[in-house]
Amino acid sequence: MSIQKTPLHSEHLRLGGRMVDFAGWDMPVEFEGLRQEHHRVRQHVGLFDVSHMGEVRVSGPKALESLQWMTSNDVSKLQEGRAQYSLLTNEEGGIVDDIIIYCLKPNEEYFVCVNAANIEKDFQWMQNHNKGATLNNESDRWAQVAIQGPKARDLTCKVLGESLRSLKPFHFLKLKYKSFDVMAASTGYTGEDGFEVFIPKEGAEGFWQDLLELGKPLEVAPIGLGARDTLRTEMKYSLYGHEIDDTTSPIEAGLSWVVKAAKGDFVGRGPITQTLESGAKKKLVGFKMVDKGIPRMGYSLLSFDKTKIGTVTSGTLSPSLNCGIGVGYVPIEFSKEGSEIMVDIRGRLNKAVVVKTPFVETSLTKKA
Amino acid sequence: MSMMQGVREDYYYTKEHEWAQVDENIVTVGITEYAQKALGEVVYIEFPEEGQKVTQGEPFGVVESVKAVSDLYAPVSGTVIEVNSSLGDNPGPINDDPMNDGWIIRIEMDAEKELMNLIKAPEYAKLISKEKK
Repeated sequence: MSIQKTPLHSEHLRLGGRMVDFAGWDMPVEFEGLRQEHHRVRQHVGLFDVSHMGEVRVSGPKALESLQWMTSNDVSKLQEGRAQYSLLTNEEGGIVDDIIIYCLKPNEEYFVCVNAANIEKDFQWMQNHNKGATLNNESDRWAQVAIQGPKARDLTCKVLGESLRSLKPFHFLKLKYKSFDVMAASTGYTGEDGFEVFIPKEGAEGFWQDLLELGKPLEVAPIGLGARDTLRTEMKYSLYGHEIDDTTSPIEAGLSWVVKAAKGDFVGRGPITQTLESGAKKKLVGFKMVDKGIPRMGYSLLSFDKTKIGTVTSGTLSPSLNCGIGVGYVPIEFSKEGSEIMVDIRGRLNKAVVVKTPFVETSLTKKA
Repeated sequence: MSMMQGVREDYYYTKEHEWAQVDENIVTVGITEYAQKALGEVVYIEFPEEGQKVTQGEPFGVVESVKAVSDLYAPVSGTVIEVNSSLGDNPGPINDDPMNDGWIIRIEMDAEKELMNLIKAPEYAKLISKEKK
């Protein structure tokens, strides 16, 4: 398959993005520099092209019933204009993907946003587990732009209007941008205040340029996938293929808050409730390096008697804290805040300590 | 494009983007302008010990950016006689001046004939223009 390009590809080239292959998409990993971009989002506002993500429309009289069966959260609780983080789960209680469901009309029409790397897999899986809903893969029709940072609300209101000013987290509005029907949701993957805006691909370039132009006084700039990853790691947000995959348990991943076993049966409910009842044996934790060094995905976690206890699922230098941070699964007895562990960094055993997550405070967590 | 920027005529290169500057039997090693750009801001460096033996084509250390880890490969076999330990506290020069102040180690070379295995400037310029596609 040839490499795919988002509707904003030429913008990335114009803005000097360093392009890499990400899940089959030619995407910018960095513009002005990862660290500067990271700080820009924590302090000002940044723009992310997330058009590579997939969108599936679920509609018809069986829409709710089908989504209730496919996903772990309770879709019946979703009112119009609300969004919900959820999981597509498999029969073994593993995670097919993590998703956001947007309720356009209760019972009848929902919009599901899925990970870029999983679009085909998820759509196939949804078709195979469908209970009579109409499923449309609309991924090719939509661009998606995330506007994130303490000044993201000011900027988005400048471009899309003041109706977004008081929009609460996980709410969305249907709006007009020029002649385009857009959907602006107060969601994101950085921990900062902001929006994710779905826009028909034909309108994406103009929208992006308007955001850059009107955002100049707010110090807006485009942000690459590199900073997107360090920002989400500082929040300990899960990334499919790292913290979660087809074999991981939502309970162990710390996602039991999106598992609503009481709603009725859904794919994988049996094994998941079993883990809930018996208790998870391991847990996803965040840890900070005490010694020097940067943990990386795949590195081993050890106890002080040098027994392997787990594996790093994500690790980076935290630009905010300026030290190595990581996320990984450890047995319950090592999961308490303050637990001391070691990370095998290319043969050297470096000390780390389990800490409270998110690793940092943001415009959202401070508000709450 | 003419001669690629940052490729010095009198240096040798590796395909992993180290440079080697030879002064009799002492070889100073660093990463190239191309490598520092590809890597992004270097935040951490892992040195060999002084006195340690290194082997041509084998890793001798590591540079890390925020998101990536890259091995450093020895351009020649020999003994490490000096490391630029100031980079430990401030790796900045690896990005700002990779061909001078950003040097990483000095090796006392075992056998001069190994230099034949290295890449000369014009070929290296070609190599990186190809990688840039």
